Amino acid sequence: MSEKVLMKGNEALAEAAIRAGCRHFFGYPITPQTELAAYMAKRLPREGGLYLQAESEVAAINMVYGAAAAGARVMTSSSSPGISLKQEGISYMIGADLPALIVNVQRGGPGLGGIQPSQADYWQATRAVGHGDGHIIVLAPATVQEMADMAALAFELGDAYRTPVMILADGLLGQMMEPVVLPEPLNSADLPAKPWALTGHGNAREHNVVNSLFLVAQELEDSILERWQRYRAIQEKEQRAEKYLTEDAEYVIVAYGAVARIARSACNLARAEGIRAGLIRPISLWPYPVAALQETVANAKAYLVSEFSMGQMVDDVRLALAGSRPVNFFSHTGGIVQTPDELLVALRRLAAGESIDLVPYQSRLA
Amino acid sequence: MEMNIMLAGFGGQGILFAGKLIAYAGLLDGRELSWLPSYGPEMRGGTANCSVCLSDEPIGSPLVTAPDALLAMNVPSFDRFINDVVPSGVVIVDKTMANVCPTRADIRFCGVPATQLAEENGLKGLANVILVGTLLKMTGFSTIETLNAAIDKSVPPRKQELVASNKKALAIGFDFVPADDCLATSA
Repeated sequence: MSEKVLMKGNEALAEAAIRAGCRHFFGYPITPQTELAAYMAKRLPREGGLYLQAESEVAAINMVYGAAAAGARVMTSSSSPGISLKQEGISYMIGADLPALIVNVQRGGPGLGGIQPSQADYWQATRAVGHGDGHIIVLAPATVQEMADMAALAFELGDAYRTPVMILADGLLGQMMEPVVLPEPLNSADLPAKPWALTGHGNAREHNVVNSLFLVAQELEDSILERWQRYRAIQEKEQRAEKYLTEDAEYVIVAYGAVARIARSACNLARAEGIRAGLIRPISLWPYPVAALQETVANAKAYLVSEFSMGQMVDDVRLALAGSRPVNFFSHTGGIVQTPDELLVALRRLAAGESIDLVPYQSRLA
Repeated sequence: MEMNIMLAGFGGQGILFAGKLIAYAGLLDGRELSWLPSYGPEMRGGTANCSVCLSDEPIGSPLVTAPDALLAMNVPSFDRFINDVVPSGVVIVDKTMANVCPTRADIRFCGVPATQLAEENGLKGLANVILVGTLLKMTGFSTIETLNAAIDKSVPPRKQELVASNKKALAIGFDFVPADDCLATSA
């Protein structure tokens, strides 16, 4: 096993992507993601790869489309406003069944918003990553180690299901350094074959076509239904979540990404006071880990959702629990990071039988 | 032992590097740790700060809001963070840059003329490492051996000539004997 090194999340993800066989990166700088692109600019040419800073995010995502169509293990990264610009291209890649890795190191929005950590692009990632009837797989790291580990996973899932995959991080995870054990480099010969790719063959086989345009309604419906079978397989096989102290938990926090770290600390503080708190950390946001949530219902009295947003993932918690338990909410947004103590106060109030729907504006308006 | 450290000063004083040294010491000690720089508008205004957490448990929030130790290299940083420090927390200030005295009685304060000491010893630009030495002495967050190894690790290969001067700066801060020039004002 290789030794532990100190790296920023952005850099660890970049290095891990190269080790996972990524040799093509197209992007455009934006805080708080820029170290990822800068790392690629430095390292990829030395690996015989291609780093290209495009003239815009729109251009970058269409370059990703082209490289993916040619069968390359390819990625792009950006931060919230830049992802909005890439949405058209992501939709085209969904329609053309092309695997690629898209990293969103989220910052505050809407608009140019701010540059501090945020989770306000959850709806965009899981509900409307582009126009049309489609989804992408969305993974949510919570540590620098996971930033690194998810690179190879994202490429594998993308190839297996022929879909774009997003790693949905945030400014905290991108900017912080933690010890990380980098994955061993993959051998390029071990990457999966892509018989559908446009590789040039001198008429040795049937032509491959990469396309998202289906003018005959029946053909479009057929293509979407075929894709939905893959989505169903993804929902059955690829739900991922981490549970912490949930076996006997009466009060279950649901949080992903950087917020889950804070929630874990809050659980420890609450346990020290005799409050039976636990944590479910969704690792796959699409597919949402419905099963993991439902497994905790028997002992749970109430759930507490916390995000860096006004409440987006909370919708999926409510859908998963289908009204069987109360779902409470506490958040900050705009780049303010909640403290473990704030979540502890919320857990105390739940344990006292209160219900909570707390966002900062309520206390300010009060 | 859990230790949350806030380091703050002007851009160029080596705040992020000082944080990195502490983080590397944590890595070498086999501990859980996180290092988080400020990257917001305050950075563009010329100030820099950096959160470092050392723990034996997985780190929750990497953002230090209630530091066990504050290392401040200018007056704005001292003013901004002094009231966030936990009771009995440690506050170390570069006295050359911030001639301040403790505004609280419930902290352990140490003023080090770090910039002046650095210049007197031919260590220009290493006031940050001197202060890390004092922090080590006052809190025992690691050992001098580990910190020396952390210097070996975090000085880039093309700047190897700086290893010895960094180690010297660390020793100066570690051996610094505080002169209580604040006692008169706080008494």
